[in-house]
Amino acid sequence: MAVKFEKKEDGSFILDVQGYVCPHPQLYTKKSLEKMKSGEILELIFDNPSSGESIVAMCQAEGNEIVTQEKEAGKTTMHWRIRKR
Amino acid sequence: MSNTSCNPVNANPNQETEPRNVIRAFLVLGFFALVSLGTFAADHRFIYFSAYLWFGFIYGMSLQYGRFCMASAIRDLFAVGVPRMAVGIMIAVVLFSLVSAYVTVAGKSTFHPSPIGLYSVIGGFIFGIGMIYTGGCASGSLYKTGEGSIAALLVVLSLSFTQVFLVDAGGWLNHLVPIAWTDSALAKGLPAVITPTDGWYDQFLAGYIWNLSSTTIGEALGFTSVISAAFIGNSLINSIIPAALILVAIYLRWYRKGYLRGKEANYRGFKTELAGYWSMITSSKRTAIAGLILGIAAGLHMWVMQGLQLRLGISNAGELLAGMGYTRGLSIQDTIFDPGYFYITTQEAQGAAWIVQKFGFNVMDSIFFGIDNGVPNPLLNPVLWMSISLVGGAAVMALLNNEFKLKIPSIEVATWAIIGGILMGIGARIGLGCNIGAFFATVTNGDPSGWLFCLGMTVGGFIGVKFFNWWIERKMAKEMAAFDL
Repeated sequence: MAVKFEKKEDGSFILDVQGYVCPHPQLYTKKSLEKMKSGEILELIFDNPSSGESIVAMCQAEGNEIVTQEKEAGKTTMHWRIRKR
Repeated sequence: MSNTSCNPVNANPNQETEPRNVIRAFLVLGFFALVSLGTFAADHRFIYFSAYLWFGFIYGMSLQYGRFCMASAIRDLFAVGVPRMAVGIMIAVVLFSLVSAYVTVAGKSTFHPSPIGLYSVIGGFIFGIGMIYTGGCASGSLYKTGEGSIAALLVVLSLSFTQVFLVDAGGWLNHLVPIAWTDSALAKGLPAVITPTDGWYDQFLAGYIWNLSSTTIGEALGFTSVISAAFIGNSLINSIIPAALILVAIYLRWYRKGYLRGKEANYRGFKTELAGYWSMITSSKRTAIAGLILGIAAGLHMWVMQGLQLRLGISNAGELLAGMGYTRGLSIQDTIFDPGYFYITTQEAQGAAWIVQKFGFNVMDSIFFGIDNGVPNPLLNPVLWMSISLVGGAAVMALLNNEFKLKIPSIEVATWAIIGGILMGIGARIGLGCNIGAFFATVTNGDPSGWLFCLGMTVGGFIGVKFFNWWIERKMAKEMAAFDL
């Protein structure tokens, strides 16, 4: 599965990095947030558990807010919403 | 979809383990318990194998629980400015060094220092690039295999078979060997079955590595008392002080700015900085706990193996196999690879070599297999049992956290896994070990060569990150082209 970056609506984007292992999810997340404007929302979809830890720490360091974290029932796929500082 | 948490600082919202995952976890645990009990019942000497097995299981559980990965330690520092894993590694280094010192003083250490030379930096460098491409170091790739990652399994297979090719390859590769190495290897009077002039790795070992000297800091600094040598020389000087200094550097470069954000009004100078340093060390509870368990377990592992060697009257598992009637695959010296502590890559190479031999290739004419490590049947390779149980322990922890998923990689991810695995295999053999054998196990036992490997690994990791930054920047530019970003 290839990386997908799509615009959901004004001020909201979706980044789907399912199937990717470290460091792809965290690097794609970083690159996406770098390009986004303050206040915009990134909906991140990924399924690599160890990337989650890095993304949390990265957001804390940069001051980006992880608004919600959801996990698909019975799967390892995670859906997070991150607000750019 | 289950809405599990809105806690922004919790990457793993607490979830109850799904019942089927509990059953699967017990099945995995039960399998290893059966293997242990069954083999012990057949021959009590299999307890030596089971010791490796259960320590491997503990390593696997701890690594998965703490997402412990040396690739992550270096990569996340340079790529996303996250010091979490680097901190965890340093915690483990400090703790393992203290336990190792105690084990050494008790006369139970199985450790032997590696020769000191530039090869460590070069090997570490190549290994460092490889582990960034694969997304995991050697131990990281094993534990991620336990999570169901086929990409990680590809890494393990790739680095395993690469090592076999590397240590037995000759032909045109012989032309890359300096004449001084060839002459020195010939002068060693190696057994006739070894062909030192037709194998670049044989000449690398016999003509270069064997001429280097090895030491621990405790010995080098001339400590006369075993206690001083172990605790002051090996632990304090070679592990604790460097780890503390590295953590200070990491704090200043990568953590301080984020920590001090919003605290300007309450800044109290050194007190605030110390609080920040402590905050960094305790920022990831899981990583710190994993580091604690790994450090202690790795030290205890040495104690237990030495104790068993004394109890069974052996100095190498090859003697055990011979005594049990299994002589196939032993080295010329009737030995097999048996480090007596946490180690990765050599046993995987042995597993791959055993398969390669089934296709008619002879690898026993190499020093690596023929003189040093042998190629025992994988079912009779105690150190390989450790690697397999590491995967099992990680699988159990992943299942209990509902994180196990069989993931088939894309062509892109599989390609990175194979290329990176090849580089890791080359780096591990040149460096005489991987992030565990050439760094973690060495620095914690007073061997300064481990810091040379770490230096190479860090520089290689930096180069690898630079490449990936460029690669992903390129891909994101295509994805984002349609948007006003």
